[in-house]
Amino acid sequence: MSAATAPQELLHPRPEGLYCPIGDFYIDPVVPVAKALITHGHADHARSGHGTVWASAQTLDIMAIRYGEAFCETRVAVDHTTEIAGLKLQFTPAGHVLGSCQITVDDGSTSITVSGDYARVDNPACAPFELAPCDVFVTEATFALPVFNHPTPLPEIEKLLRSVAAQPDRCHLVGAYALGKAQRVIALLRQAGWSAPIYIHGALQKLCDYHIEQGIDLGELRPATVKQGKDAFKGQIILGPPSAFAATWAQRFPDPIICFASGWMQVRARARQRGVELPLIISDHVDWSDLTRTINDLKPKEVWVTHGREDALVRWCELNQITAKPLRLIGYEEEAD
Amino acid sequence: MQPFAELLEKLAFTPARNAKQAHLLHAFLSLPDPERGFALAALTGELSLRNVTPSLLRGLVAEETDPELFRLSYDFVGDLAETVALIWPHTEALQDISLETAVSELSGTAKAQLPALIRHRLSTMTATQRYAYLKLATGGLRVGVSARLARTALAQFGAVDVNEIEELWHGLSPPYLPLFDWLEGGEKPVSLAAAPFRPVMLSTATDLDDLSTMDPADFEAEWKWDGIRIQATNDAGVRKLYTRTGEDISAAFPDVIDCVNFNGTLDGELLIKRGADVAPFGDLQKRLGRKKVGKAMLESHPAALRAYDLLVWNELDLRQQPFDQRRAALRECVAALDTPRIDLSETLPFSTWQDLADLRATPPDRVIEGVMIKRRNSVYSPGRKRGNWFKWKRDPMLVDAVMLYAQRGHGKRSGFYSDFTFGVWHDDQLVPVGKAYFGFSDAELKQLDKFVRTNTINRFGPVRAVKPEMVLEIAFEGLNESSRHKSGIAMRFPRISRIRTDKPAKEAGTLSELKTFLASGD
Repeated sequence: MSAATAPQELLHPRPEGLYCPIGDFYIDPVVPVAKALITHGHADHARSGHGTVWASAQTLDIMAIRYGEAFCETRVAVDHTTEIAGLKLQFTPAGHVLGSCQITVDDGSTSITVSGDYARVDNPACAPFELAPCDVFVTEATFALPVFNHPTPLPEIEKLLRSVAAQPDRCHLVGAYALGKAQRVIALLRQAGWSAPIYIHGALQKLCDYHIEQGIDLGELRPATVKQGKDAFKGQIILGPPSAFAATWAQRFPDPIICFASGWMQVRARARQRGVELPLIISDHVDWSDLTRTINDLKPKEVWVTHGREDALVRWCELNQITAKPLRLIGYEEEAD
Repeated sequence: MQPFAELLEKLAFTPARNAKQAHLLHAFLSLPDPERGFALAALTGELSLRNVTPSLLRGLVAEETDPELFRLSYDFVGDLAETVALIWPHTEALQDISLETAVSELSGTAKAQLPALIRHRLSTMTATQRYAYLKLATGGLRVGVSARLARTALAQFGAVDVNEIEELWHGLSPPYLPLFDWLEGGEKPVSLAAAPFRPVMLSTATDLDDLSTMDPADFEAEWKWDGIRIQATNDAGVRKLYTRTGEDISAAFPDVIDCVNFNGTLDGELLIKRGADVAPFGDLQKRLGRKKVGKAMLESHPAALRAYDLLVWNELDLRQQPFDQRRAALRECVAALDTPRIDLSETLPFSTWQDLADLRATPPDRVIEGVMIKRRNSVYSPGRKRGNWFKWKRDPMLVDAVMLYAQRGHGKRSGFYSDFTFGVWHDDQLVPVGKAYFGFSDAELKQLDKFVRTNTINRFGPVRAVKPEMVLEIAFEGLNESSRHKSGIAMRFPRISRIRTDKPAKEAGTLSELKTFLASGD
């Protein structure tokens, strides 16, 4: 019986990203490369300028929306599995944002799952996470501290609706990242029974349209433009990317209550530092309990940690007799959620 | 615990005072007795459950979590109670408890049994409840609610004057059932406190134009000293020092309490006095906010009372007598006390308002911040009613400073850069000397916001560093030495009085120029 391939021969970190020498491709490279496999459409994972890009059809669509049709030379839409240089590649839903997948690289003797960013809580805006069994699990560590145990999202949305009802003369300005979080917050609002139009910042428009096209019910959306007049926003819910809160865009609203939908909102100092008055703990990443549960479910021989709070997760693996190491990849957002 | 936990959450994230007051009012309306009373006690610092120490909490959590994971978490969160609340692995079925139960258990349990009790409670609560429980147990709520604000919300709740509540306050104890009963239409509780606080008479601001409409002969004037207004009282041997909002600060000033060996109530200014010299406000600040004060501090920063008024003397309530009569009685009393720690605030000689203006322009001491003007025939009536007592503060001090950093505001100022850090020159460098977030009009705010957006040179989270080009005229009420500020000084009440687009940054003020305003002189 031949010996199994050592995992680092299958994948190892390079400055450009996680590299597979057998297939000569990178997963989520941070600079333009000839062959790229992309887990999901967030800007730090999906960049433009690659030669050939393998990704889920939805991720390719999202990249085209963000970067224009010419974002790469050749697109290969992967439906569950494909092959490159004799390697079996499997794309499994990651539950993070629309189109997000974990990518498993398997040469027949050794398999590595690169999870990208992932989440295990129900999300009306994307397909649910599935386990992708493997020998080596490559995981993010965005919320890898035992203090992060995120509540279920619907009661958080109800908190927002109670605040709207209690303060009908003010508007609620909700910060949410343009891809994924914004559509999830809108879909959750609809689930919670908010049927009024929801106003959105221009940067959200195309991605919201795409979600609707993909069959996700977002209800009536309206652009939050100045010409509506200040009074039009009283008692309304407005969504915008957090960066817009620092722009003059935010000046058009009457006495707004600043809300932010993010897993970071669990820590008070974080919320206050951002000037948030109504923190909504809604995360598109696994929290500590889901992260450790996933590792327990998969029982991989090794865990590699990409970005976030590697120290704590490596420590937990140590305590649980699981081999683990940080990859120290550079170029991924550690704060985005 | 749940409603209290939600209240703490709301208060912690609400920056505006009025909105905080609205949250408190809602809590008084919606919580049942005795829960609202215990919530009130927790917010006003009237619960003393002093056995629950940080080291007790650390000990508990060490049994539940890996120390390395706890250390990494605590580093990230930065607050012990919050870290414990979030990291606690809850192992039993949830069982929320009332504040009443929490308080009675925590105060009724012997120190040795406390860890077991707290462990059990933490294990049956949600993270939000645990946070509230731990903040309650350890005492420091830190949600930006003063006892005064809580009582103001109570007054709104009961549609009564806040003075009435302050007068009763020190005779009441948690959970304040008679107080809530009265505020909801029941009978007013009788003040039971020994040496109760008597609500203070306050002055309103005035100027020469305003004064010109009145006859100077109807008024007395005194220096307005820059300390804190207090009330010293001794009722049948019970001695108290209260601030003007009724906070009991007796424990921090045993040297003054020692001298309150009379039977009555004095109104005056608390100052640090070395011999005949009055020290600047910064010295007094070192003695404020302490639960205990050491011998060294008592010697280096001796406190004294400068008497303004006499409210009660030998069981006789003087408050309905005219100021002139109270003043005459005060003069006699202070003379009879015969202690250097209590002296009389002298009246000023003047016959026209211009005389007084001249005196105000050249005060004999740096710790004077203006004059007070009191109607001779006025009774002592609590609150800030216009017409009987006036304050005429000295003109603010001014310095031209350069805007260095800006931060966005809240509420109506969301999206606007409205909090500015400014600096002055020192050895060819601009050193930050203060922060201001008001004093400008809406139009000026737009102008400043635009400047920040087009001149940003760096970003630190929510803060922007700007090109050092915008000169702002800063008005302030005083300057203290401060070891907490890099520049070594701290401004009091700084605000932007003018935007000096006419002035190049290199002509802005210098640190040495600014330091000539120091209250302590050179």
